[in-house]
Amino acid sequence: MKIDQETIERVAANARLQLTPLEKKQYLKDLQDILSAFEKLAECNTDKVQTSIQPIPLSDVFRDDIEKECLSQDDALSLTKHSKNGYFKGPKAL
Amino acid sequence: MNIREFLSNAKKGSIDVKEHSAKVLQELKKINKEYFYLNAMAESPGFGRGKISGLPISVKDCLCVKGMESTAGSAILKGYVPLFDATAVERCRKDGAFILGKTAQDEFGFGSFNANVGNGFKIPLNPIDKNRVCGGSSGGAAGLAKKASFPHVALAESTGGSIVAPAAFCGVVGMCPTYGRVSRYGLIDYANSLDKIGPIAQSVEDTAFILELIAGHDIKDSTSSTEKVDSYISALSKGIKGKTIGILEEGFGEGVDPALAKRVKDAISKLESLGAKTARISLPLNSKYSLESYYVLATAEASTNLAKYCGMRYGAHENLHGSFNEYFTEVRSKNLGPEAKRRILLGTFARMAGYSAKFYSKAGKVRTLIIDEYKKAFKKVDLIASPTMPIIAPTFDEVKKLTPLQQYKMDLLTVGPNLAGLPHISVPCGDVKGMPVGLQLIADHFNESLLFSAGGSYENS
Repeated sequence: MKIDQETIERVAANARLQLTPLEKKQYLKDLQDILSAFEKLAECNTDKVQTSIQPIPLSDVFRDDIEKECLSQDDALSLTKHSKNGYFKGPKAL
Repeated sequence: MNIREFLSNAKKGSIDVKEHSAKVLQELKKINKEYFYLNAMAESPGFGRGKISGLPISVKDCLCVKGMESTAGSAILKGYVPLFDATAVERCRKDGAFILGKTAQDEFGFGSFNANVGNGFKIPLNPIDKNRVCGGSSGGAAGLAKKASFPHVALAESTGGSIVAPAAFCGVVGMCPTYGRVSRYGLIDYANSLDKIGPIAQSVEDTAFILELIAGHDIKDSTSSTEKVDSYISALSKGIKGKTIGILEEGFGEGVDPALAKRVKDAISKLESLGAKTARISLPLNSKYSLESYYVLATAEASTNLAKYCGMRYGAHENLHGSFNEYFTEVRSKNLGPEAKRRILLGTFARMAGYSAKFYSKAGKVRTLIIDEYKKAFKKVDLIASPTMPIIAPTFDEVKKLTPLQQYKMDLLTVGPNLAGLPHISVPCGDVKGMPVGLQLIADHFNESLLFSAGGSYENS
């Protein structure tokens, strides 16, 4: 399978990863090797076969809608280094 | 001393549990200095009252332990101290367990050798030969289970073989239950449709004891099963007479060390002498496609699971600057290790428009066929036997020479049952060049009892 530099950059950007030139070179080779091997899946006839979301089929799993105490605001903020006025503080949105 | 003996002695008063716990911590520090099995350790002995009061239990780093740093072996979660216990941990703690610490692992479980640790983490060393790997990804759990002189069970986790592989490499018992048998609540996910929590210990009996304690439905995990939990302890003495063991042809073929294969065949003969019948079986779809199907699904799920680590709410932080995307990209690029990046890239690619039908959707359909193939096999046999790993624990130099694809191929015998969510156990069955060999037995969904009957029979023979 042929993957070009542009594709690896697009995949990395989607995954929010900044790759060094050396990483780009290495991962390009690795992904080509690995995905070429994975292309073998195409040989397997899966006509009319449903996908398995999980190995054990599950359906209609519900629980009662009961109000419960949740994490306090202080606890929720206790693990961040970036908070302000009781809120998480993030980087600029705009 | 196994768990049963420890608890009995503690009850009689011939063991002072408080004193014992202090000694355990001392030994643990000594072991860790030399072998690097723990990423975090209890500062002082602490346990409650209950039926396992004071029993030392270690927890793989990807399971949340309240008040103890839990990083899944990744620098991106450095500093994350959970505010709650994972359900499996909570169930042990409720009955009085002494939680020793967090065991080393490949970053987020991404590895077969526990050599892919996160940035700044130490690689655990094999307890029998320090030049060799422990196996992954629950390497710290298996290494400690072997090395500790005190009674101990490690809570581990498997996505594609991470319980049985290190158990085989370190010469201990690893039990991976059916998908959904143990609640995943509080697990730092690798791949949600594949992750299972199970025990590693020195004996089949010890794994049975702890699985019985942690198994069962949990309202906090919608994928946990409501299926009744059997008495695994009772299963240990039920024997294997009349049960049919399917000898997996592909498990003894190309790529499998012949000397290792011989040890496993001898173990199967031993089970035969204890009353089991044998039959040869083949799982052609499993052997052709399970590895590919597994890695596509696992990396696709991992790439979405790891999207939440962005340096805002917990774990690694950087100074806030730039836009959202710039900040998240900086935190992730700096703190994720090389294999984590590789799997995120693979998984992101497999889900991208234009490729998802070819890879992600296809892999899910192939998984259906592989599950069907196992189900058909279990109409003819009760258990499927093969070596757990195709080789003995490799040296660090040998691992370095392998390409990522060659490393993935080492999981050939373990990805099948993991992909199909089937329970499986690895039991030590001799050695090659002084290194342990594991016999892998696979059973049908929710038939953990039969694995304990077979494993228990073998162990006591």
